[in-house]
Amino acid sequence: MSSTSDLATPGLHLLRERREHPVLLFVARRLAAAIATLLIVSILVFVGTEVLPGDAAGAVLGRNATPAQVEEMRALMGLDRPAPERYLDWLGGVLTGDLGNSAAGFAAGGVSPIWEEISGKIANSFALAGITAALMIPLSLLLGIVAAVRAGRALDHAISISSLAIISLPEFIIGSLLILVFFSWLDLLPPVSLIAPDTNPLTQPDVLVLPVLTLLGASLAASIRMVRAGMVEALNAEYVTMARLNGFRERMVVTRYALRNALAPSVQVLAQNIQYLVGGIVVTEYLFNYPGLGKELVDAVAIRDVREVQSVALLIAAFYVGLNIAADLLVVLLVPRLRTQR
Amino acid sequence: MTKPVLLVRALRVELDSGLPIVEDLDLDLRGGEVVGIVGESGSGKTTMALALLGFTRRGVAIRSGTVEVEGSALTEGGERSVRSLRGRLVSYVAQDPGAALNPSLRVGDLVGDMLRAHDAGGKAEGKVMAALRGVNLPAEQEFLRRFPHQLSGGQQQRVAIATALVCGAKLVVLDEPTTGLDVVTQARILNEIQRLRSEQNVAIVYVSHDLAVVSSIADRVAVMYAGRIVEEGPTAELVARPRHPYTRGLLSSVPDPVRPRRIQSIPGVSVGVGDRPPGCAFAPRCLQRTEPRALMEAPPFEQIDTHHRVRCFEWHRTPSLEWEAPLITKSSAPGVDLLEVDSLTAGYGSRLAPLEAVRNVSFSVAPGECLAIVGESGSGKSTLARCIVGLHPQRAGRVLLEGAVLAPGAARRTREARRRIQIVFQNPNESLNPRHRVGNAIARPASILRKLSAQDADEEAARLLGMVRLSLGLRDRFPGELSGGERQRVAIARALSAKPDLIICDEITSALDVSVQAAVLELLSELRAELGLALVFITHDLGVVASIADRMLVLESGAIREQGGVAAVLSDPQDDYTRRLVAAAPRLMTSPALPHLSEVE
Amino acid sequence: MRRFFGNLTPSAWIGFVILVAIVAVAVFGPLLAPHPLDEPIGVPLTRPTEGAPFGTDFLGRDVLSRTLWGGRSVLGLAGIATVLAYAGGMAVGLAAGYSRSLLDPLLMRVSDVMLSFPALLFLLVLVTGAGSSKTVLVIGVALVQMPLVARIVRAATLEQSVRGFVEAAVARGERATAVVRREIVPNILGSVTADIGLRFTYSIILVASVNFLGLGLQPPDADWALIISENRAGLTLNPYVILVPAALIAMFTISVNVVGDAVARNLGISTARRRLVR
Repeated sequence: MSSTSDLATPGLHLLRERREHPVLLFVARRLAAAIATLLIVSILVFVGTEVLPGDAAGAVLGRNATPAQVEEMRALMGLDRPAPERYLDWLGGVLTGDLGNSAAGFAAGGVSPIWEEISGKIANSFALAGITAALMIPLSLLLGIVAAVRAGRALDHAISISSLAIISLPEFIIGSLLILVFFSWLDLLPPVSLIAPDTNPLTQPDVLVLPVLTLLGASLAASIRMVRAGMVEALNAEYVTMARLNGFRERMVVTRYALRNALAPSVQVLAQNIQYLVGGIVVTEYLFNYPGLGKELVDAVAIRDVREVQSVALLIAAFYVGLNIAADLLVVLLVPRLRTQR
Repeated sequence: MTKPVLLVRALRVELDSGLPIVEDLDLDLRGGEVVGIVGESGSGKTTMALALLGFTRRGVAIRSGTVEVEGSALTEGGERSVRSLRGRLVSYVAQDPGAALNPSLRVGDLVGDMLRAHDAGGKAEGKVMAALRGVNLPAEQEFLRRFPHQLSGGQQQRVAIATALVCGAKLVVLDEPTTGLDVVTQARILNEIQRLRSEQNVAIVYVSHDLAVVSSIADRVAVMYAGRIVEEGPTAELVARPRHPYTRGLLSSVPDPVRPRRIQSIPGVSVGVGDRPPGCAFAPRCLQRTEPRALMEAPPFEQIDTHHRVRCFEWHRTPSLEWEAPLITKSSAPGVDLLEVDSLTAGYGSRLAPLEAVRNVSFSVAPGECLAIVGESGSGKSTLARCIVGLHPQRAGRVLLEGAVLAPGAARRTREARRRIQIVFQNPNESLNPRHRVGNAIARPASILRKLSAQDADEEAARLLGMVRLSLGLRDRFPGELSGGERQRVAIARALSAKPDLIICDEITSALDVSVQAAVLELLSELRAELGLALVFITHDLGVVASIADRMLVLESGAIREQGGVAAVLSDPQDDYTRRLVAAAPRLMTSPALPHLSEVE
Repeated sequence: MRRFFGNLTPSAWIGFVILVAIVAVAVFGPLLAPHPLDEPIGVPLTRPTEGAPFGTDFLGRDVLSRTLWGGRSVLGLAGIATVLAYAGGMAVGLAAGYSRSLLDPLLMRVSDVMLSFPALLFLLVLVTGAGSSKTVLVIGVALVQMPLVARIVRAATLEQSVRGFVEAAVARGERATAVVRREIVPNILGSVTADIGLRFTYSIILVASVNFLGLGLQPPDADWALIISENRAGLTLNPYVILVPAALIAMFTISVNVVGDAVARNLGISTARRRLVR
């Protein structure tokens, strides 16, 4: 990071003085970088949706609208003002907690704040992603480490080959096949996740099973492979050989010497995979008609509800970036070389 | 006589395919004794060192023979019992302490784990402190809480040695323990090892490629070639009167920093595990062989003296070493300097946080002269080399060729200037493009810088291959099919292909085995005589300086400490830093003798 | 070529055969289709009959024929996007890695931004702004992958550009284009193309996912992902309408990954160090 941007962030030069806090300095730098990244993302999202050709007002009203009606709608949606003004308006709103009004609301003739439409759905999506992550993290650590310790043996081959196969499948394929098996053939689980508004999805575990399995399939395969790779690398390290030459018990060699050093790369991998879940959730929710943020987003794109797409996209990006910082911070705390000064 | 601490009999270590890596290995060692194991790459010395702990890497196994330490066998009894011996009875210190210490553990735990693993955990902290004190490390709480990355290379290696000794091991195997360290630190560690063996009466196996280092610490030396010990004897006897032609070759390959002498190489290259010939593995490279049976049957390990054994049918024909062979030194002819570097400053880093690698350096090179630039890693010697050939930006100062100022960047220099100064790099794996055939690589500078036609450039390449003593058959090979020494010869031929007046050699022999290094140095001396080439020879090895250069300059932290004639600087260094370097430089010793710490500090 | 395919395992060979077979289905399928693309031949969602071995879809069209038509878009669009991503990524990565000029930090920042954003979300934003079309889909997928390719190329270029033979070429005054073409490109091709299988798989996943969401190709076009999407509700009545295109996509992506994995191994690139598929 260049020093000019350091100075631009208030307080950073103070941190520089206090060299003994490398972790704080790291967090400050990452936060500054994250804010810059999100600003660029917001510009990209805005340009991508509003500056490219395409008329949102016309799309809302449909083909039969008269030019006058379209003009009226443009004014109502604020589309008649210059783009930079609209951008600042939107960004200012997002920063103060006002995500704007949805085009679906305009089409229905009223004003419908986006936040009210999506807040319940965010909770639903978090439930889905949270359960998946809660299963994925321990499972991938366990299976990845077991495969690495047994590298080259039958169990490792079984884990490696099946994860290589599953890793290449899009969610909608995994999901469709799961529906085929568990609904069409076995008739055990519903193919569609119907959840009434304002109810907690956790009270209906049967509608969660298939979406969670779908998301788990894709992300688990990827993370097992990467955890295994990190662990194999650690097991091949010189200091592991040295621990064996010192006559340490194999359990100690694997946990205290190999695993301890394989954890940091695994954290990064797991964070990447949770991030990937965010993308996978869109497809999975659409497939199962699960009333979450992803489904909402696809519907908004289909009717070209520009403001809602913008706001939801920015929210997801913020979550993504936040997760990244959390993972990096965890890595810094796990690796002594990063958290201490020389 | 006391009972030996280490007893190795008929040890054979094989690859899973059955190819032997180490065979017919016998070795005895008593308490307080140091045996040096010397070998070049592929000799099997590290495999042997690990086998002394009953350990093999994946794909390798101890097939037969025994290793006993204090009467306990490490080659039988199952994994569990062998494991309890490792670390407690016999311990190991690896080459690169940075890689061998767990980066997640603090010093206290690194040493303490050894105690805990062997159920000697009672009063652990006191024992850890004592072990640290034993290797001259600060036995303080603050130090116990440090991580490996917070230690210097020398401190890391001391921690590794303290760990090896903390459980009271009777035998310590040290595998190239000082190879990555600078010479001054190396001298300190060697002194440490010397002291520990007499204080604690441990037996030490010291494995190294460096005969000079081994001769300064070991009571006995065993020379390994192609998986076998070919000669073993008391250091004094073996160094003064080697009986195996390979030992003799190795000894005459080692340059000496104080008594400049001509070095001689061994023809050919050492053999890898897969291509060991039947019979005496050294026979194909042997110049004194007359017995045809050496090609068919392996010579026995013959006792020629009470303590001296050699594996050669014709050991009695091995001539004595010619120690005092004269060295050709050229005094520089008066006249205009070929290269002049004037107040050069260069560095890295951004404008706001500059880092100076070279500070205000001035020197000159006369036509046909060899100037050595000596410095440890980080002294700025490579940056200096890159500035001269226009690969690194200059901050201040000038580089002049026959009085004409050269542009800082190669691209803005005249073709003639680029032609007259050539560079050869350190790493033989990096110096040639793996996708270009040897012939094309050599021909390229001739066609670019001398504008030779394609056909003429090819003929030139063929001529140059001969000039660097390589066969014409290599012309169509790729670098991957060549040995390290051959690759460096090709890189030299490529530099010659520009018909330069000056070649910058940046540590070109430091990645090579000593016998191969000797051959490259010989070649360079001959080329200088034949072509009147000037050389700037960059190295950290004072022995190499003594054997090739006319003048030398010593660089430390980017600044010149001393410059002058090689003989003068080495025999009577004026600068403090130079004095320490010269005192610490390992030399071939006919009896173990280490530089005094007072000279090094 | 021997470098890439010299020493394949049996499973890689099976993967290779499947891969070739599915490409053949996609390319020549339309020529073999017994029925037109968009014409009902019977009752919607009937199970396999003599005339229609995989039954009919939700509009009564022949599943076999639509499947034979529907491979071109999946493979073709993903293929074009991958080629574009590599062409752009090579150019940008080489320039950034070799010149280490302004372009380099710019590339790193742009790819940081791209990586701070789920790829699918990027495509959805693009579709919102520019509408659903094949062009938008291909360009979008190529844009998503380009920074990843450029980063790999940049890293490989940086690694090569400090090697002795490259420096020697610079010192003897070779032109930048000659240094890049002669000294750098031949040495990075292996590690850069080792990822091509992964990138292609990812392109397929992205293209198919957007089509599945109904935001790519539009009806009545046939496309394996779109077929699955359209007929989701009819799964119980005629499972083949889902099973057949799903199996084709699955077998194709798996075999691309298996072959890519084996090729990377052949090139001596440890699979441990390769990026995630996604």
